[in-house]
Amino acid sequence: MKLQLSSDDAAFQQRMRTFFTTEVPQEIRDLIAAGRHLSRDQSVATQRLLNAHDLAVPHWPAEWGGQDWSPLQRHIWQQEMQLADVPPPLAFNINMVGPVIAQFGSQQQQERFLPPTANLDIWWCQGFSEPDAGSDLASLRTTAIRDGEDYVVTGQKTWTTLAQHADWIFVLVRTDPDAPKKQQGISFLLIDMATPGVSVWPIELIDGGHEVNEVFFDQVRVPAANLVGQENRGWDYAKFLLGNERVGVAPTGQTKALLARAKSYAADSLADGTTLLDDQLVATRIAALENDLLALELTQLRVVANSEEGKPHPASSVMKLRGTELQQEVTELVVDLAGPQSVASFAGDDSELPEWVKVATPAYLNYRKASIYGGSNEVQRTIIATSILGL
Amino acid sequence: MDFELDAEQIALRDAVRGLLTKGSAPESRSEVASTEPGWDTGLWKQLAEMGVLGLPFAESDGGMGAGPIEVMIVAQELGRALAPVPFIAAVAVAGQLIAHAGSTEQRADILGRLSEGTAVPVFAHVEPRSRWSGEAYSVLAEQDDDGWRISGTKEPVPYGAAADILVVSARVGAATRLFLVDPEQRGVQRTGYRNHDSTRSARVAFSAAVATPLGGVDAAAIADVSVRAQAALCAEALGAMERAVDMSVDYLKTRKQFGVPLAAFQALTHRAADMYVSLELARSMALYASMALAEGPADPVIAARAKLQIGRSARHIGQEAIQLHGGIGMTAEYAVGHYASRLVAIEHSFGDTRHQLGVLAATLTDHDVVDVLH
Repeated sequence: MKLQLSSDDAAFQQRMRTFFTTEVPQEIRDLIAAGRHLSRDQSVATQRLLNAHDLAVPHWPAEWGGQDWSPLQRHIWQQEMQLADVPPPLAFNINMVGPVIAQFGSQQQQERFLPPTANLDIWWCQGFSEPDAGSDLASLRTTAIRDGEDYVVTGQKTWTTLAQHADWIFVLVRTDPDAPKKQQGISFLLIDMATPGVSVWPIELIDGGHEVNEVFFDQVRVPAANLVGQENRGWDYAKFLLGNERVGVAPTGQTKALLARAKSYAADSLADGTTLLDDQLVATRIAALENDLLALELTQLRVVANSEEGKPHPASSVMKLRGTELQQEVTELVVDLAGPQSVASFAGDDSELPEWVKVATPAYLNYRKASIYGGSNEVQRTIIATSILGL
Repeated sequence: MDFELDAEQIALRDAVRGLLTKGSAPESRSEVASTEPGWDTGLWKQLAEMGVLGLPFAESDGGMGAGPIEVMIVAQELGRALAPVPFIAAVAVAGQLIAHAGSTEQRADILGRLSEGTAVPVFAHVEPRSRWSGEAYSVLAEQDDDGWRISGTKEPVPYGAAADILVVSARVGAATRLFLVDPEQRGVQRTGYRNHDSTRSARVAFSAAVATPLGGVDAAAIADVSVRAQAALCAEALGAMERAVDMSVDYLKTRKQFGVPLAAFQALTHRAADMYVSLELARSMALYASMALAEGPADPVIAARAKLQIGRSARHIGQEAIQLHGGIGMTAEYAVGHYASRLVAIEHSFGDTRHQLGVLAATLTDHDVVDVLH
């Protein structure tokens, strides 16, 4: 047993820390620290910077830009990036469709898509959920009917994150409506958003933002060459993708960074001369959250240190479940620290309220999503009960 | 960074587990606890023969020269089996106090006998009407021409009525110091009783009892050994929680109601999933506490971190284990309630959850983020 990093890993950590805190523009990191969203151009520029330094897709196969790093080093890469308020590379590209194409795509697809996916020359969005297929994803009804060298796709996707920015969408479509099990008739298609018949409609969320969309497909002709892997095997690829997604959705570094900021907000002087941190109820709440996060990070490190290559660890469901709970609890804490000012989310530039107060409640409302997406936390409990506990 | 046991450590775990599987069932704890000494003397002897009782002590003191990881392994197995032996009280606490504070002669004498299983020392520290701290309050030590004498009452003292040697904390002026007291003397009155968790404790009243200072004047050993004791307790609790979760899961699979196994009810399986999450978080922190001790000085903040998580997980798992079992979980003849009972006792030893939260709240501004990767 060994808790301390080896000297190699410690040097690796220092290299990451130095890069993220000195090479990534301060204005970008300040925006992230302030809880603000980046513009499309800012996101693209940041990912290209990372990619230029071989730091965008370290977990991909080496021939497509992956690095010969241990799982622990990948974890350190992610932690240091998050602690430095560096926006992570676009998850749809690097954690979702990229690994699927690298694992199951044809040579031609890999050559065509992987380099621009790593470099965010192509912005991908995810076409999985439908109005009647949420947690029960396999019930999806968008169809793809083979017609000559094309598939003709018709249907509707929803909750499509940042589709307004996207160049391409990866979708799950039903190619065999008569398959004996609904999971067996699904295929994984890549669709250019500029194809005639694709339309995107914004959904405004409770935080006032435009993050997700509805995407409609009306007789969209998609070349059969854009089918990933085999027809009707798309569910296997989706499960592979979701296994990766669950590990990625426990951003302990990001939650730690937010909690550290919350602690500094609590240490600010109030008009009455005290600070919120003087209040034992506030101090113990923050102390408890720090400890909860530590327990989760150590669990993550156990998973990382003992994970088999290429196979999602069964405990990744624990990470998703607990990681999103804590993400939500910290955003909740920040609203409570803002107190009566927390209502003023859209106060203008002449407002005397600090910036963090304005973003507190929208962030809190926004992060209610975390326990719903990526397989809701109830789905995660079912996975733990069935595949870990054998219930 | 590596969270796995090495081959030798796995062998130790398997040996202890093998011994305990052959031993007494958790339910027989109550019987063992109903009379003095309150532990299974046969099992204690076997543990001594395996070298387990001397694990953390230097070979020159008659011990095995092993470290916190080995203590953790043993404590976890004892927790899994709810083994009725005073390993924490005698080895992890009193033994380590003597190892850290005792003179060369005291160490060689007592630790040798402890390792052989022929003497059991315990720490008489907690006093009536006190909350957890490293201080003594109402038990006083005074020096006269003949030496030191101690007066006052300690209660509850773990296994205090049967212990062969008492390590007593006592107030000397404004300071707390440690003393060795032979309980077989006129100035010591002991009344033993069984505890809810089927261990035993005692009221120990000292009236001008003859005492020998443990080593020099350094009472820092209490703080240091508290950290070690907390790590060991976390490991014991982890073992107990593992079994409580296993038993609950097995019960959901086998118990039928309404014509189906309880596992058919999502209201129950989701609660079992949450217990598993609590267990894994506790495991991470228990490992952390002992690994940190193995690599660096005793850090009370790390101990508080681990014990806080263990306290919360233990309460959650102990309560849910009974609830998922239904009525049978309430009965003394079924083991699951004994695990819950032991977990409550551990939570309240060496600082409860409230205490640990207080420790952490007081150190909140020492850091921006809690750093574990270094």
